[in-house]
Amino acid sequence: MRKLLFQSFFQGPFTEPAPALDPTAVEELAAALQRAARRRLGRSLSIREIDAGSCNGCELEIHALNNAYYDVERFGIRFVASPRHADVLMVTGPVTKNMRDALERTYHATPDPKWVVAVGDCARDGGCFAGSYAVVGGVSQVVPVDLHIPGCPPPPVTILQGLLALLDRTAKDATSIA
Amino acid sequence: MPSLIDLMQEGRTIQQHSPWPRAVADAHLWNFAASELAQGRWSLLGLWGEPSTVHMAIIDRDTADIAVVSLDCPDRVYPSVGKYHPPALRLERTINDLFGLFAQDLPDSRPWLDQNRWSVRFPLGDRISALSTTAPYRFLAAEGDGLHQIAVGPVHAGIIEPGHFRFTASGETVVRLEQRLGYTHKGIEGLMRGASVERGAQLAGRVSGDSTVAYAYAFSKAVEAALQLAVPDRAVWLRALLAELERLANHLGDIGAICNDASFGLMQAHCNVLREDVLRAANTAFGHRLMRDVIVPGGLVRDLDENGQAAIRATLDNIPVRFPALVELYDNTASLQDRTVGTGVVTAALAKQYAAGGYVGRASGRAFDTRRAPGYPPYDDLRFEVPVLDEGDVNARVWIRIREVEQSLSLANQILDRLPGGPLRVPVGAAAGPREGMALVEGFRGDIMVWLRLDGGRIDRCHLRDPSWFQWPLLEAAIEDNIVADFPLCNKSFNCSYSGQDL
Repeated sequence: MRKLLFQSFFQGPFTEPAPALDPTAVEELAAALQRAARRRLGRSLSIREIDAGSCNGCELEIHALNNAYYDVERFGIRFVASPRHADVLMVTGPVTKNMRDALERTYHATPDPKWVVAVGDCARDGGCFAGSYAVVGGVSQVVPVDLHIPGCPPPPVTILQGLLALLDRTAKDATSIA
Repeated sequence: MPSLIDLMQEGRTIQQHSPWPRAVADAHLWNFAASELAQGRWSLLGLWGEPSTVHMAIIDRDTADIAVVSLDCPDRVYPSVGKYHPPALRLERTINDLFGLFAQDLPDSRPWLDQNRWSVRFPLGDRISALSTTAPYRFLAAEGDGLHQIAVGPVHAGIIEPGHFRFTASGETVVRLEQRLGYTHKGIEGLMRGASVERGAQLAGRVSGDSTVAYAYAFSKAVEAALQLAVPDRAVWLRALLAELERLANHLGDIGAICNDASFGLMQAHCNVLREDVLRAANTAFGHRLMRDVIVPGGLVRDLDENGQAAIRATLDNIPVRFPALVELYDNTASLQDRTVGTGVVTAALAKQYAAGGYVGRASGRAFDTRRAPGYPPYDDLRFEVPVLDEGDVNARVWIRIREVEQSLSLANQILDRLPGGPLRVPVGAAAGPREGMALVEGFRGDIMVWLRLDGGRIDRCHLRDPSWFQWPLLEAAIEDNIVADFPLCNKSFNCSYSGQDL
């Protein structure tokens, strides 16, 4: 282990520069976010991820955000274990009927101010599962959604862009109000 | 004692079923098959329903012969297999939920996927209105002094799929774990009915995100079997390349994640870099990090160009440089071994009874790999080993994955070395009349089975069986007498699919 740790002193970091912002995501957020709430958030985000019936593809890419290339924690973004600790609920999947109740309860367990980010094509409108007897449809049919990140699944860079847009808006508005 | 093939001759053979035989049996024959499964000479591959028929796929342990036994049940009841052979229990509960076909004398008649929230009962059968009131789900009892229950899920603390675990513990020791799944049930088999083959492939590729290649592969093979379609050589070889890349990415990620659940984050940090490298190479080569929607019935939609080859080669060359140091780290860290050795043991007898596929079976002495037997091209033309261990603990499952990483690297290199040229895809025509096809493909988790019937170019019925069906129950057994804190470790070493099981 010492050898591995020692090597890491000399080897360059894996971490890559942050991606540029996606203008459509910024726009969508501008409309969605309330000014006063933004001020409270500062420049950090605690995210509670909730799988409301996805195929697990989106979870794999959300996981990847934590690897050394993306290193999401350097932006002040971290995934937390409880909705009670979260600013953001990140929801995936075409919300199955069997998960609807759990999603609602998780939403209500998250303190205000809070944002809901729906990740993936299924989370927007049910994706290719729309119309099934077992599926509600998009996340917005169950809880209010502030930002959609499209993709099947969206690659980590796209998810990161969406989250950075969220942070960017909140930071700007915090300074303009203060 | 009749062989599986003899048994099939006693039933009425269905002509348009391939590549393995299917026969319609009577209740006597059905019961005989169930008792043979219980005796352990045959293994259960799958058990699924249709509006008034049940089907059971069987594999002979010694000869790897495969057959499907069907039973018409116009009266909505059929003799229970689960009564003799517990691995069938959850499958029979599911058949009841989806089709309203009841297994007589089923020892456990609680619903499995149906949580009375669909507003319809028997959605693939008679479709009647849901019950007006929901009875609480009755968990199995565990009684004794000082026992307490811990309820976990469906929303977990990590970034994982939803499911419910009910632990009964005595102090820190788990006395009983009972799973309740079904939260991610999306009604995929319902959506398949009447769908085109193209839409079917899209749905199959979304049964379980980490096995999107394996599912598209299995679905496509089943369609091709039904239509007796020969796929071009280049597609046959490229499909295997995709499957091996998927296996590599998943194993690398999971080896790290298991260590992380033993509080050893360094392994995860390094393993995740290697996993990301594989996904990026896949993205360069096939235009999608998880290689989704690349395999379709008839072949592939995207060819591998020189750029893609170079990206994959670079990754395949890099892993042998970096991975051995991590293996050594795993092997030589006492605090890590202390958590994984002897933890979460699955006995060989249980692995055999449940016909557990993948690393769960192979870590408990079950040397089953569908790439070997029954086998399919191009694997019959490639050199590889199927690693097997007997300990059945978390450590053994980690080692099987380590060995499989090595095998997949070798397989991917062999495929690239010998990749044939030529066309990539043949058109999938619509045959008149019903045609049935079946396929078994080795996903990273184990054997994935797809059975389907096509009628005039449309899917009449498609059943997809995830390896997790026969692995989830073993996790319940593995955790017994371990401490609650070791559950994440055991769970991750299994890494069963929720979405694949719930469908």
